[in-house]
Amino acid sequence: MALHQDHELHRRRFGRNVAVLALLCGFIVLVFALTVVKIQRGDFNEAFDHVARPQMIPTDEATQ
Amino acid sequence: MSDTSLHRTQLAPKEAGFGDYFALLKPRVMSLVVFTALVGLLVAPQGMHPVEAFAAILFIAIGAGAAGALNMWYDADIDQIMRRTRNRPIPQGRVTRDEALGLGLFLAVFSVVMLGLAANFVAAAWLAFTIFFYIVIYSMWLKRATPQNIVIGGAAGAFPPLIGWVAATGQVSLEAILMFGLIFMWTPPHFWALALFMKSDYHDANVPMLTVTHGRKETRRQIFIYAIVLAPVALATALSGIGGPLTLIVFCALNAWFVWGCWRIWQRDERMAEADAYATEKRVFRISLYYLFAHFGVLLLEALLNNFGWGGW
Repeated sequence: MALHQDHELHRRRFGRNVAVLALLCGFIVLVFALTVVKIQRGDFNEAFDHVARPQMIPTDEATQ
Repeated sequence: MSDTSLHRTQLAPKEAGFGDYFALLKPRVMSLVVFTALVGLLVAPQGMHPVEAFAAILFIAIGAGAAGALNMWYDADIDQIMRRTRNRPIPQGRVTRDEALGLGLFLAVFSVVMLGLAANFVAAAWLAFTIFFYIVIYSMWLKRATPQNIVIGGAAGAFPPLIGWVAATGQVSLEAILMFGLIFMWTPPHFWALALFMKSDYHDANVPMLTVTHGRKETRRQIFIYAIVLAPVALATALSGIGGPLTLIVFCALNAWFVWGCWRIWQRDERMAEADAYATEKRVFRISLYYLFAHFGVLLLEALLNNFGWGGW
């Protein structure tokens, strides 16, 4: 008997693995598309470090 | 017998395929969830980017699937008794209860977090509450404890359009509550019509369905009462901000049809039902499916017409 005989079990597992691969690829595409949409709309530009903070602008006294 | 043939006969039928895991998510229930959530999202006044809308509906559907898997994990004992459910993957031995629990918990957390990121965390909180309600309140507590199981548990199936609406708007409003009310009030007559012709299933599984605890005559009366109470909820939805003249006309016709069918059920007894193999009960069950799809379909149509200035009040 051949050592690596194909079995119905292997075929079923292969089908399952392909389906999981397809799901993961789909998820990557979806997250990428969501990221593009949100960045284009500027959703992530409202974070603290992107807000103008006048107190950080050096004053004349401080620079002299 | 060779090793290979032993392997084939004993293990192969138990090895789950991808379809078995997908079946754990109750795809037929998911289709209803997708449809009603999509309508809730599309009839909302604020629009969503198509990619975000697609993601929101997908994660709501996955959340519903997670609830389905957790329900199959918890109800595995009664699923193998009832004819309607004994072909599910766990009673068939293709998927273990632990696998269903693991898949359900993972997908529940995944769907809630992803809905929060794709849409907003108010919608995600509603999705989390829906999963909790379906598993803990309905499956673990009410289903085996009270004949009102379907009435209160039906709320879990009524949340999707509300979640769709919240995903788009970020808040709950009257229209979302009316869509919730429509499914909530529709669920008891829909399930009790099913319970009337799935005669011994719930009795055999010791589930206190109304047909078992209060008898079939009382169930027939309750079906009619709920159909009567459902009609004003539907009409209020037609008169709300998401309705319009077309919606009102179609809703009136659909509710008259459904009330008439439920009245026919109430007028019958077991002898008459057995004589024609529960033909009326089966027909009203089918009508109840058309009823819900038609209501949400018309709401969607009204919203589309509204975009062209033809629909709405």
